[in-house]
Amino acid sequence: LLRCFGCVLRVVVLLEGEPLAVNVDLQTDATLQVDISDALSERDKVKFTVHTKSTLPNFKQNEFSVVRQHEEFIWLHDSFVENEEYAGYIIPPAPPRPDFDASREKLQKLGEGEGSMTKEEFTKMKQELEAEYLAIFKKTVAMHEVFLCRVAAHPVLRKDMNFHVFLEYNQDLSVRGKNKREKMEDFFKNVVKSADGVLVAGVKDVDDFFEHEKTFLLEYHNRVKDASSKSDRMIRSHKNAADDINRIASTLYTLGTQDSTDVCKFFLKVSELFEKTRKIEARVAADEDLKLADLLKYYLRESQAAKDLLYRRGRALVDYENANKALDKARAKNKDVLQAETSQQVCCQKFEKISESAKQELIDFKTRRVAAFRKNLVELAELELKHAKGNLQLLQSCVGVLKGDT
Amino acid sequence: QLEEEKDEDSFDMEVAVTNPEKIGKEYFFLTIFELMNRTFSVWRRFSDFLGLYEKLSVKHSLNGCIIPPPPEKSVVGMTKVKVGKDDSSSADFVERRRAALERYLQRVVCHPSLLQDPDVREFLERDELPRAVGTHTLSGAGFLKMINRASDAVSKMTIKISDSDAWFDNKLQEVESEELQLRKLHAVVDSLVNHRKELCGNTAVFAKSMAMLGNSEDNTALSRALSQLAEVEDKMETLHQEQAASDFFILAELLADYIRLLGAVRGCFEQRMKTWQRWQEAQSTLQKKREVEAKLLWANKPDKLQQAKEEITEWEGKVTQYERDFDRISVTVRKEFLRFEKQKSKDFKSQIVKYLESLLQSQQRHVKFWEAFLPEAKAIA
Repeated sequence: LLRCFGCVLRVVVLLEGEPLAVNVDLQTDATLQVDISDALSERDKVKFTVHTKSTLPNFKQNEFSVVRQHEEFIWLHDSFVENEEYAGYIIPPAPPRPDFDASREKLQKLGEGEGSMTKEEFTKMKQELEAEYLAIFKKTVAMHEVFLCRVAAHPVLRKDMNFHVFLEYNQDLSVRGKNKREKMEDFFKNVVKSADGVLVAGVKDVDDFFEHEKTFLLEYHNRVKDASSKSDRMIRSHKNAADDINRIASTLYTLGTQDSTDVCKFFLKVSELFEKTRKIEARVAADEDLKLADLLKYYLRESQAAKDLLYRRGRALVDYENANKALDKARAKNKDVLQAETSQQVCCQKFEKISESAKQELIDFKTRRVAAFRKNLVELAELELKHAKGNLQLLQSCVGVLKGDT
Repeated sequence: QLEEEKDEDSFDMEVAVTNPEKIGKEYFFLTIFELMNRTFSVWRRFSDFLGLYEKLSVKHSLNGCIIPPPPEKSVVGMTKVKVGKDDSSSADFVERRRAALERYLQRVVCHPSLLQDPDVREFLERDELPRAVGTHTLSGAGFLKMINRASDAVSKMTIKISDSDAWFDNKLQEVESEELQLRKLHAVVDSLVNHRKELCGNTAVFAKSMAMLGNSEDNTALSRALSQLAEVEDKMETLHQEQAASDFFILAELLADYIRLLGAVRGCFEQRMKTWQRWQEAQSTLQKKREVEAKLLWANKPDKLQQAKEEITEWEGKVTQYERDFDRISVTVRKEFLRFEKQKSKDFKSQIVKYLESLLQSQQRHVKFWEAFLPEAKAIA
């Protein structure tokens, strides 16, 4: 069983027909269109085919494709974060690492338990686990695609050199996983950052807009985090219940096939009903996952990116204030005044530049957020309705038949 | 070849077990029984029901009657009740017991022979019953042990007497395999009940976190929609809770009842086997007595010979008696089994349809809730 998942699973992901789960209020224009046209899942990595259509002169061709892995997406994201020029923008959050561990574990357990269940049960469960694997796969493709689309839609980031290299360079980018020393450096960077974060958060901002945004984002981020984890738990319970209904259907089927009496025929009909309703229940859980859980997870990451922007602005403000103090000191001592003046000017410009773009970014963030929530909540409600009506119809017709028989 | 039982004039008695009331440390239930426009209502304890079962079992199980088994005793549940714990789980327990007692009693009065039994009549009509003794042996585990002990002691019939024995063999096999499947089904339904209860709790928690998120959201329309979503999820929680109750009270309890009933059916079949065994043993004893007589004839001992002849007569009588017993019990078991099958078919159909109807109602409300939410979501701007 594991053999079939050790080998290659190819999925051609048709993304025109399937709306992206998250955040699609992105203006796509003909000058630069990016999508993931294909994806390949091997034992421990996923290979994405990044497809670009562009009328921009910087590219050698109008249409081309390259193969990229997750680490290369992370490299691109991190290069944006580390670029001082982009300090005033919300950096589109990096896609999460493809995680098939849980799915693989389940498949392994299934393989081990093969002897203890009937052939039908085994085939059924195998099909479901394969479907689950496929769903996770499609999701990870969507997450990676959304990242690229966000970059392509951003007026400044889309022009980034690294981004163009990422899209066009058809060799491996040789972005090896960070070595140990670099990981340690990262760790310390984060520690320092969070200490600073506390410092900066304590300082009340002169600007009302940013003060409000800071308060808002801190609270919003925490609540989205909470809602995200609670929604995951709720959806998991839903899946478990659907699995139980599946087993009930199987057992009823066994009971129904023991004989051809009245009650056995009855069991068969009920088994058939449960088989259908549990498919709907599983779909309900899957749709809630896509429209609600994924939405919340995405905005968890986006709100973090927005917070990071505020942090960077806060840091620039602190630097500016420190430069002012240094300038006063230098003037008082009449020593190195020119140097202090230059330094102060640089800090001032940096701070003002970040503030200006940050304001627009945060307004855009709000617009995107409202649009994404609207789209997903409407789709969620429509799907819940569709499934409930489907269930209702199945139940009504089955009860009608069963009552008519007795 | 096999004659189906004619539809006897089934005079369906109706009983109800209601109004659980706690008097002192135990619950009393009001047992209401209607007959010919007269209503009898009496107060009964749980141990009274067990006592009835014991009396009926002693009298009728040897005939091959399928005696409906009583609800299980539950140490945990009863302790809570005695201790006076008044929470939702003990309320659930009392309701579960009340419903189980009602089903038990209903099965007893539907049985044409049992209904005639004076003990049953006394149970339904007499104002106060003396407290039943010795019912502590009738806990769930104890009951099963009784059944299993009976089956241990029986040796398989090796010679088929007639074609109808194949019928009994087949039916017993069917019963055993059905019991296995029902146990499996019961375990899965149990799992479903638990997962639904989990879903219920998780939905409530999610609804709260959604409400909090709605409070944080600074876009007014979106904030409102998120609060509405939180309310919808709250309503979902109620639906899940009611559904879990249906899963349990309609489906799980039906399966539990029939697992116990099938145990009782097996008991009947085993009882028939025991009767056959007794007859066979009597035949072999008779044979031995005849051999003794033959030896005595040869040895010419007139006194002992007389005794031997008397014993032979005695055992000939027993053989005839036991053969008649065996035939009679075979007839009863067959009749009981067919009646049981009919009842089982009726029970399963009606209960499962009831369950499906509860699912149906739940989905109707599902539709209503989401239909109300949709315009709120569309109103986000």
